[in-house]
Amino acid sequence: MSSVKVKLKKTDIDKLAEVCKSFNNEPGELINVLHKAQEIFGYLPSEVQEVIAHELKVPVAKVYGVVTFYSFFTMTPKGKFPISICTGTACYVRGAEKVLDEFKKELNIQVGDTTADGKFSLSCLRCVGACGLAPVVLIGEKTYGRVAPDDVKQIIKEYMDQ
Amino acid sequence: MATFKYHLLICGGTGCKASDSDGIITSLNKEIKEKGLENDVKVVTTGCFGFCEKGPIVKVLPDNTFYTQVTPGDAAEIIQEHIIKGRKVERLLYTDPETENHIADSKHMGFYQKQIRIALRNCGFIDPENLDEAISRDAYMALGKALTEMTPQEVIDEIKKSGLRGRGGGGFPTGLKWEFASKNEADQKYVVCNADEGDPGAFMDRSILEGDPHTVLEAMAICGYTMGADKGLIYIRAEYPLAIKRLKIAIDQAREYGLLGKNILGTDFNFDIELRYGAGAFVCGEETALIHSMEGERGEPTFKPPFPAESGYNGKPTNVNNVETFASVPVILLKGADWFSSIGTEKSKGTKVFALAGKINNVGLIEVPMGTTLREVIFEIGGGIKDGKKFKAVQTGGPSGGCLTEKHLDTPIDFDNLIAEGSMMGSGGMIVMDEDDCMVSVAKFYLDFTVEESCGKCTPCRIGNKRLYEILDKITKGEGTMEDLDNLKNLSNVIKDTALCGLGQTSPNPVLSTLDNFWDEYVAHVTDKKCPAGACTDLMNYNIIEENCVGCTACARACPVNCITGERKMPHHIDQAACIKCGTCMEKCKFNAIELI
Repeated sequence: MSSVKVKLKKTDIDKLAEVCKSFNNEPGELINVLHKAQEIFGYLPSEVQEVIAHELKVPVAKVYGVVTFYSFFTMTPKGKFPISICTGTACYVRGAEKVLDEFKKELNIQVGDTTADGKFSLSCLRCVGACGLAPVVLIGEKTYGRVAPDDVKQIIKEYMDQ
Repeated sequence: MATFKYHLLICGGTGCKASDSDGIITSLNKEIKEKGLENDVKVVTTGCFGFCEKGPIVKVLPDNTFYTQVTPGDAAEIIQEHIIKGRKVERLLYTDPETENHIADSKHMGFYQKQIRIALRNCGFIDPENLDEAISRDAYMALGKALTEMTPQEVIDEIKKSGLRGRGGGGFPTGLKWEFASKNEADQKYVVCNADEGDPGAFMDRSILEGDPHTVLEAMAICGYTMGADKGLIYIRAEYPLAIKRLKIAIDQAREYGLLGKNILGTDFNFDIELRYGAGAFVCGEETALIHSMEGERGEPTFKPPFPAESGYNGKPTNVNNVETFASVPVILLKGADWFSSIGTEKSKGTKVFALAGKINNVGLIEVPMGTTLREVIFEIGGGIKDGKKFKAVQTGGPSGGCLTEKHLDTPIDFDNLIAEGSMMGSGGMIVMDEDDCMVSVAKFYLDFTVEESCGKCTPCRIGNKRLYEILDKITKGEGTMEDLDNLKNLSNVIKDTALCGLGQTSPNPVLSTLDNFWDEYVAHVTDKKCPAGACTDLMNYNIIEENCVGCTACARACPVNCITGERKMPHHIDQAACIKCGTCMEKCKFNAIELI
């Protein structure tokens, strides 16, 4: 079956096929396959979903249904420095909303968007379990604790020139 | 084997890691090497100590000295003073907030005194990446006892007798659940550990998996033995990378030692465990949704019966338990059901782990006997409310729970009491709120959560919660009517009665419990158009305090809608009709002359 309309490079398709194969092309492993694919591409555009559907022999609609169901999967590329604000309850009562507003204002983007230069993207997540440090902000793998709205400018500045 | 004079235990949990506990470890090791103490002092990375507020924590054994909020820069002083000269570093000791005395030994701290640690027994004591350390604290002894001295039914009977109930929130008797799964005959059965800790503000499962992964593996194997399953699956959130890493290490080590795999401990019992990853969906904490998610589907719940014990993962009998439930199992087999059931209340036995968070002095993870009162937890262990503010409410049970108030403080905490008071145990999140928190906004916050997390399968949850959210939003904007309050109540009850799964059936709880306990606050929003807590900005007005205003004109120049007027060096005035409440004036004022009332 060669119905895949490719914008992806051949090597990318091969890579995806390999991922699927490492899970025995088992439809039950769809979520694990998607985790791996997102690790490789950073996001899950429809072309990637088509390849996976093809390899696992399931309808694309099913893959799309799963991708859109889980908040961890995204169909838009993230920024070079993905910023996630924890909006779990502990962070909420300690002022996470104000911190989020400050990030929106400073970066001039909304939640779910990426800045025009592709540098930053903004998202919310539910509790990373570091409630002792609330409110918490994650940039890539780095955790910032007890963040106040006044700290936001400085935090962004750290990454501006990188 | 080398014997060390001192052990330095350092918390390597997610919270302390975020505060650079890795940097402390590096600095300590460097100092130890420089001073030539490699054979005397050993640095051990452990799981969570629980006292996250004061992290990162360094504990010195054998003298049990507890250093708080340590930085990498403190390493030299700890080695020089404590290890070499034998003097405690006073400035890093915990200060009792009441007496202002330094307390060196954690046993004497208010935070630890009332705690009994069963599920958390090894967290903060052992290196979770080292199976030998776990074994030195009796890991896999209970599995050995079950396999060699007990029949599956005897194990089930012991768990039943102990009175252990599901710690994930449901409170269903664990032994009974195991018995159901054991009685269903099939060629393949599964043991599933629910580590999809989605309840915001709860982090006990993460801490157990990060601090003592072997206890969960052991308990799953014991469960497998009772029901005749040889396969275990742990469904864990992808948001917990450290817990995943430690579980993988633990599984590999257990296999290597023959504690997982074929012919465990020389018996004919086989059991192995694999990981399955969640992908960020709260509803997957519900067991049928979790099973669908493990099968690679959308995590939508299905109607019970059939229960997973009959038809679960891949249609086979499956037993699903929460992490904390599993963590309590090995101790019960070792110390006996009578010991366990001697702790707790009549219908809720043993201990429960709570994650204390919010406006409380001692944020952290605690484990107390069932029946401890909320007052003891919040004021004695939790150290009271932050910044000397007044206690207003404590939210238990996460988005499915409710808000309890002053009048509930002396209620002994157990499954049934919390439900009777209109909340629930849930997984053990406890968010403390003070006088600055608006309860209508809190209810709105939870509904926002549920609306986003509703899977959309059943109408009451998909549409009903959205409507609840919209009404709450209207009220916080000062546009609510008394009729809205009636509608909130009616709609909440309809959703509770008709939603398909636990998520929808409990999602109106935050609304109902705040309506019950904070009716006046709702009425103030509706009839007086005021937010008593001062949190709803739409109901607030910016006002210039004439005495403080020096007429610098900074606010007037910054106001985007030019609604501030006044002569230079004269008090200014805000035209409330034109004000868009952006708050810029308050930010710009250097004289504290602008207030929000």
